[in-house]
Amino acid sequence: MVRAAVPRRLTWRVATVVDTRQETSSARTLVLDVPDWPGHLPGQHVDVRLTAEDGYTAQRSYSIASAWPSDDGGQVELTIQRLEDGEVSPYLADVVAKGDQIELRGPVGGWFVWREKQPAPVLLIAGGSGVVPLMAMIRARGLARGRQPFRLIYSVRTPEDVCFADELRRRVRDDPGLDVHFVYTRKAPEGSPVPPKRIDVAAVNSHGWPPDFQPDCFVCGPTSFVETAADILVALGHDPKRIRTERFGGA
Amino acid sequence: MELDGNALAGDLREVFAGDVTTAVFTCAGCGHAGAVATLRVWEPAPGLVGRCPHCEDVVLRLVRTPDRVFLCLTGATRLELSLQDEI
Repeated sequence: MVRAAVPRRLTWRVATVVDTRQETSSARTLVLDVPDWPGHLPGQHVDVRLTAEDGYTAQRSYSIASAWPSDDGGQVELTIQRLEDGEVSPYLADVVAKGDQIELRGPVGGWFVWREKQPAPVLLIAGGSGVVPLMAMIRARGLARGRQPFRLIYSVRTPEDVCFADELRRRVRDDPGLDVHFVYTRKAPEGSPVPPKRIDVAAVNSHGWPPDFQPDCFVCGPTSFVETAADILVALGHDPKRIRTERFGGA
Repeated sequence: MELDGNALAGDLREVFAGDVTTAVFTCAGCGHAGAVATLRVWEPAPGLVGRCPHCEDVVLRLVRTPDRVFLCLTGATRLELSLQDEI
């Protein structure tokens, strides 16, 4: 596509929900058809704006879960975790239905992104729904048949809270050089040799890359999780310049 | 709630021609330099407040009204933007 000669201001677009997928009891994926979508890089996000009948608007930022172009030709997928006291997420996770329209703008954000041309090994550390932008990176690597070794450390409360569980299993089998390790914080699977625990130095040391490999590290999750994980990486000797973080609050 | 500078991307992209979250700010308070994406951001204030991750001074304030954006950058002495890697 030829780029417009005059840069346009970022504008809101009307996206149509063409499908939904329940990922866990509290997370749902919205598959969106967005007219004239320019494409996106894995790790980028969109702003979603909801407007009430009285004109009140609420705006939130959500990571894009899909790679571009996606396996099925190219749609934008958002995976939304419902937060019980949230203002926007319960609507997106529970109420929005196929055929509905929502306003969004993007893609935006060029810092927390993985580019296929980056040759370094990659360490992804996810806390809860922080896995969403990291999943976009895993999907982009799979699509490009990337050879960069990827490791994902995914901290999650219970096995039932794992997003993309089937796809991750399939990709570990089919995408050479992808490893996934789960850290369960509340309930470990039956027969797990490790009791539930929070992410710690041992988990990152055993299942991440050694700092000598100079991996690109991407950490996404709630603020306290991101700080803990980033501190562990720095303590293990990783170059802070190679650690990129994205925090999310709830809503 | 606490976010980070990544969440400013849309509002800043509405104002600037490029992506400002990859720009490097220099904090007027402590001299720390880092990507705008690494700012500590709180919302919903009357707008978005970006604080230095090193000294927590306010680096940036962004307030939206239905038809205006107010951007205050008095907490930054410098903003360094790459002219490459444009998205």
